[in-house]
Amino acid sequence: MEVAQEVLTAPAVKETVEVSGSVALLEALIVEGVDTIFGYPGGAIMPIYDALYDYKEKLNHILVRHEQGGIHAGQGYARTSGKVGVVFATSGPGATNLVTGLADAQIDSTPLVCITGQVFAHLLGTDAFQETDVINITTPVTKWNYQVTDANEIPEVIAKAFYIAKSGRPGPVLIDITKNAQIQKFDYKGYTKCNHIRSYRPKPIVRQQYIEEAAALINQAKKPFVLWGQGVILGSAEQEFKAFIEKSGIPSAWTILGAGAIPTDHPLNVGMLGMHGNYGPNVLTNDCDVLIAIGMRFDDRVTGRLDKYAKQAKVIHLDIDPAEIDKNVKTTVPVWGDCKETLPLLTELVDKKEHTEWLQLFNDYTQKEVDAVIHKELNPTSGEMTMGEVIKQLNELTNGNAVIVTDVGQHQMVACRYAKLNKTRSNITSGGLGTMGFALPAAIGAKFGAQERDVVAIIGDGGFQMTLQELGTIMQTGINVKIIILNNRFLGMVRQWQELFNERRYSFVDIQSPDFVMVAKGYGIEGKCINERAELVDALKTMMDHKGSYLLEVMVTKENNVFPMVPQGCSVSEIRLK
Amino acid sequence: MSDQTIDKQEFNITVYTENQIGLLNRIAIIFTRRKINIESLNTSPSEIERIHRFNIVINESEEVVRKLCRQIEKQVEVLKVYYHTNEDVIWQELALYKVSTDVIAEKVSVERLLRENGARVVVLRKDYTVFETTGHREETDNLISILQPYGLIEFVRSARVAIIKDSEGFNSKLREFERLEPGEDVIENEYLNQGEKVFSM
Repeated sequence: MEVAQEVLTAPAVKETVEVSGSVALLEALIVEGVDTIFGYPGGAIMPIYDALYDYKEKLNHILVRHEQGGIHAGQGYARTSGKVGVVFATSGPGATNLVTGLADAQIDSTPLVCITGQVFAHLLGTDAFQETDVINITTPVTKWNYQVTDANEIPEVIAKAFYIAKSGRPGPVLIDITKNAQIQKFDYKGYTKCNHIRSYRPKPIVRQQYIEEAAALINQAKKPFVLWGQGVILGSAEQEFKAFIEKSGIPSAWTILGAGAIPTDHPLNVGMLGMHGNYGPNVLTNDCDVLIAIGMRFDDRVTGRLDKYAKQAKVIHLDIDPAEIDKNVKTTVPVWGDCKETLPLLTELVDKKEHTEWLQLFNDYTQKEVDAVIHKELNPTSGEMTMGEVIKQLNELTNGNAVIVTDVGQHQMVACRYAKLNKTRSNITSGGLGTMGFALPAAIGAKFGAQERDVVAIIGDGGFQMTLQELGTIMQTGINVKIIILNNRFLGMVRQWQELFNERRYSFVDIQSPDFVMVAKGYGIEGKCINERAELVDALKTMMDHKGSYLLEVMVTKENNVFPMVPQGCSVSEIRLK
Repeated sequence: MSDQTIDKQEFNITVYTENQIGLLNRIAIIFTRRKINIESLNTSPSEIERIHRFNIVINESEEVVRKLCRQIEKQVEVLKVYYHTNEDVIWQELALYKVSTDVIAEKVSVERLLRENGARVVVLRKDYTVFETTGHREETDNLISILQPYGLIEFVRSARVAIIKDSEGFNSKLREFERLEPGEDVIENEYLNQGEKVFSM
């Protein structure tokens, strides 16, 4: 996902200068184009923070309230900006607090470089104060990690870190730097960006043979169906993707992380896949004859029961990561490679077509879903508000131009189903890991990554309480983030499952909340709580028009369920409308 | 569970890597995360400086092994991964046996023992003698049972090392990694090259 052609080397430093490891680190960040760092200081990273004191003009350090908030902010920043998110944390608890965010970034392929302080090298393994084995703790949840114990290594290691984080299938990288290496002075010879590691092949070589086989299958298909995922966005291949589906005329559905790669109202965009996705895309997965998966990984929430998933179809899988090919769904033709390269090759070879009848079938299913679910969710007649109608009214105000950041649970599914997205990099959510508490800090980061855009965080009453300390970050930075809490006074998704599958045994889902508006006020953030539908439009307007951050709490129906739903262990074609 | 055990067999996974701290863990957790036991693991320098070779033996189905190999090859510091069945490789384990010299000299026909088991004496001291054999598991096991009655003091067996029968051009492929830009067939994932064979409909 290298975004632009970049100059590969820094202005060469002719003579060596003596600098500390900390200064070398910050110089490296500047050459890598870093403008924003999310972090939290502590004992073992103090030399880096001391150096940062002199770099305040060049590097905007955002002091978060918790390292987990820091890394989620880094993720939000990376997702809207397309750049690498950078996070600082200290050793021990600082580093362990990053783990959830690392796991989230790993499974959602988000490019991050996290720098953690570590105790002096001579103290490693002595159970020193705030010492923890960060490298081994984070190995399963990082694309790469490395411990630096000598300042001489810093320029090369940081160069590798950025190259690995952003190239190929992106992911989080963690660099653990012992305190002595941060302090140590060494002969700095300048910084050279990394563009090659001999054991690392970020992109598999595109094979024309498979492009041709894929094109032949597509050209013969009567009922082809495209599934696209975040790979299209990570590869900046939105235009290439649009050109492909428009020429081939193939109905296309998205995974939750792929949302927004083409606009919601594009005529070939037939909706969302998966457990709470749309009716047609799920049912017709088991009806299509050629399934074309583009930059997606057949997550179990997308496929439902695997042995009943698209068994009738020939499968073409485009992915940059060879390990994804055949991992969950057996491929007929594997088109491995960066889809920014493979899609144009494929577009070239496919016939221009319109699959009118087949597309109409999707529209018929949409109508059934509108009648059974969508209409009453968006236009409820009962007194209480639904989550869906809040999203619908928000769409009216944003026109689909805002960045929508969601947390995890019912509100996430509703927001992803109904939010209008006109632009790519507009849907920021924790898809793979399902991290409650993601949205508030991610929204802060998302705004720093796309300052010209409106950022709206949509959060449940449960998830908000997991990271609400980040209101402090909003207060201190003055960043403009709109927060909507959809409060159903329940941990709604778990409650829905308990209702449907555990005979309404509501076990520990009746969460109580503080007065969120008061909490926000305490942080100097304006807010309002509404109960009545009559207030909704004005309240949303007030929020969007407000200069600066604003918190709007909307009380919604307590026991609403998200439908359609593919129950766990069922096939996608067994999707339930109620 | 039981129906899966049918197609399980021993596979020899060969991994070429950079010599890097932490890589052993990164590779090991690919197995442990999936609750797969590593039966044998050897890691040592290859014929190329700074490149290490892992020999890993696991008992699994080919489908699982293929997926594991792709996950291993995905690691940044891994150059290349291959897997082979026992039929595809020639493999050996090395075993050392320490016994009391007195007992051995008195009660065992050392000469016969050495001849019949292909063993050789590594150390011969007044107090103890160390024998060495190499071979398959049954062969090294065999000598244990022979020596056991004579007061085996200590025994150790190495991990398995294996040479791949069909490894034409292996060394030269590996040498290519020393170049900045190796050729296509060297850097491409081995199992992706097999086309039809792997991606059967």
